[in-house]
Amino acid sequence: MKTEKFQSPRVLEALLTGPGLIWLLVFFLLPTFNVLLISFRPSTLTGGIGEGWTLETFTQLRNPNYPLIVFRTLWVSAWITALCLLFSIPVAYCLARAPARWKTRLLLLIMVPFLTNFIIRVFAWKVILHPEGWVASAFIAVGWMEAGTQLLYNVHAVVLVSVYTYLPFSLLPVYAAAEKFDFTLLEAAMDLGCKRLEAFLKVFVPGISRGVWTATLLVLIPNLGAYVIPDIIGGHRSMMLGNIIARRLFSDRNLPHAAALSSLLTLLVLVPMVVVIFVRRRREAST
Amino acid sequence: MAFLEFQHIRKTFDGFPAVDDVSLEIRKGEIFSLLGPSGCGKTTLLRMCAGFERPTEGRIILNGKDITDLPPNQRKVNTIFQSYALFPHLTIFENIAFGLRVAKRSEAEIHDEVERMLKVMQLKGHERKKPHQISGGQKQRVAIARALVNKPEILLLDEPLAALDLKLRQRMLVELDAIHDEVGITFIMVTHDQTEAMGISDRIAVMNRGKIQQVGRPNEIYEAPTTSFVAAFIGDTNFFVGQVGPADHGDYCRLKIEGFDRVLCYNDKRLKPGQMAYVSVRPEKLRIHAERPEDDPRLNLIPGKVTDVIYEGGRTDYWVDGPGGYRISVTRAHQLFGLDEAPIEWNQAVWLSWHADDGYMLEQYREDDEELLRLPAAPEAGRLAELPDED
Ligand SMILES: Nc1ncnc2c1ncn2[C@@H]1O[C@H](COP(=O)(O)OP(=O)(O)O)[C@@H](O)[C@H]1O
Ligand SMILES: [Mg+2]
Repeated sequence: MKTEKFQSPRVLEALLTGPGLIWLLVFFLLPTFNVLLISFRPSTLTGGIGEGWTLETFTQLRNPNYPLIVFRTLWVSAWITALCLLFSIPVAYCLARAPARWKTRLLLLIMVPFLTNFIIRVFAWKVILHPEGWVASAFIAVGWMEAGTQLLYNVHAVVLVSVYTYLPFSLLPVYAAAEKFDFTLLEAAMDLGCKRLEAFLKVFVPGISRGVWTATLLVLIPNLGAYVIPDIIGGHRSMMLGNIIARRLFSDRNLPHAAALSSLLTLLVLVPMVVVIFVRRRREAST
Repeated sequence: MAFLEFQHIRKTFDGFPAVDDVSLEIRKGEIFSLLGPSGCGKTTLLRMCAGFERPTEGRIILNGKDITDLPPNQRKVNTIFQSYALFPHLTIFENIAFGLRVAKRSEAEIHDEVERMLKVMQLKGHERKKPHQISGGQKQRVAIARALVNKPEILLLDEPLAALDLKLRQRMLVELDAIHDEVGITFIMVTHDQTEAMGISDRIAVMNRGKIQQVGRPNEIYEAPTTSFVAAFIGDTNFFVGQVGPADHGDYCRLKIEGFDRVLCYNDKRLKPGQMAYVSVRPEKLRIHAERPEDDPRLNLIPGKVTDVIYEGGRTDYWVDGPGGYRISVTRAHQLFGLDEAPIEWNQAVWLSWHADDGYMLEQYREDDEELLRLPAAPEAGRLAELPDED
């Protein structure tokens, strides 16, 4: 009797989570290990993977350009994440406080542009920021910019387009948290002497911290591996890790080298994730 | 001399008057309760006092200073919210320290003040916990500590006991009273529970539909209600409806109530003959007799039949069908040895009596109150509907 009671939910649990776990194992974990293994293989001149094992690839990683690119990848992703949060938190606040019948409408208005294909939106930005586009023309007309200045093909353009692209990914979790926030707490803070903004920062922002952490992961991780936006908007002067990997793969046809860089990227992605999870665990354990 | 004064306060939400022309004077150091049914505007009035809402009309004067337009952070007034609104991400210590930190007090000062509060509120040993790790009663003490540590001039409490279970409620009521005695500041409490308000308040304002019905000490409100609403809302009572007759015995008058022999009432409101009026008689003011008592000109006497007997130990509650279709509630306290009293049983024919001074005559009638007043059977109610409205 006792074991039966104990076992049946276990069996159910295994049945329910099993397929997902197998899927992740076969199509995610194994390939990731495979990539790691490939980085220890020699490359062949024809673009294939040679026999035997070598550490040669890792000595090639001492390319003097790489530290800058890794740093740029981290820095740009951090900026994108910070800006996304900076916009999302006040917007989420306003949405959560909006009258109920407006909430869904406003949320829909924010989400509708993102039904358009991602690549099309990125190219749209290319048109907008083009030297003969309306933004450049307007800036030149007002005198903020000299004719012939390039708005595209720099890190700022990458940040701008990435923030635009990833805004929903930060807005949704932050909004979900704000929706659950008890706004009486803001009144309590003001009752205890806070000004409006002070109450917002001291009580609202910590109150939605779970949503903020989720948003951070959802924006930071894809941007560390970003490839499309830096490629289309950034040009060669604002290359990121993703672009180098692509170049090693498609132009140099050096699979082990690309694999090594990929492993480095995986590590870069894992570090913030583990940190966030660790911080959350500790925080939850302390409460 | 008023310490806090509401002057003709009105507050409308989309044209609906939540608070309607309220004028109140609250004295320094008293526990003042706003009592009324749910939705009567108590919270709205309190929120205007805290600064969360701005009155549509009227002024609020604190200590001679007009505070109507001051934001909440500039009023020396603190609120205990119904849900306590403790900050979930902060420890108990930091919750209590919140106001002091905002006021940029020194670390040493904050430590001393919070420690003192922890001691007074019996929260020592919990300072490191988060709000969700402590009990409801403790949460409330944290909320009070968090407010009092700022040394406010007024403490506002919105249904402070509503979130607690019954047993804890009674204990916290006693505790609240003790805290008030200790700090000596003015408390304004909102409640829909009359026993809470009666038990702790120095004075009570009874509200209904955004308006103040009566302000007074708890016993004044119970014994001498000025409107039918107050009489019905505070405690239980029996209402009889009748027409004012000629004056009798000086300030008394006769009242014609259908089916009743003759009723004498103290007419302190000087109602004119011919007017319709209520008489409110509390169940404990009615006496129940197995035999017809001796005639006494000041005693009103009606026959009846017992339909229900509820023995409560210290007292017995009777429901009696009286003349005119009235269902009358009578309470008999057992001050003598209970077994010696002549028992009164179900279905027994009895006599009810009350002294002319104990029937409280009220003129005011509002259709709104009908539900609360538990009006007598249809014929009377129908006749009443034809009465002109008082306002
Ligand atoms: N912010 C608001 N917007 C619209 N109506 C409100 C608002 N606050 C209160 N009311 C209305 O005002 C009336 C009084 O509410 P309230 O003061 O909360 O009553 P109480 O505290 O006595 O139960 C209610 O009818 C309520 O629906
Ligand atoms: Mg209320």
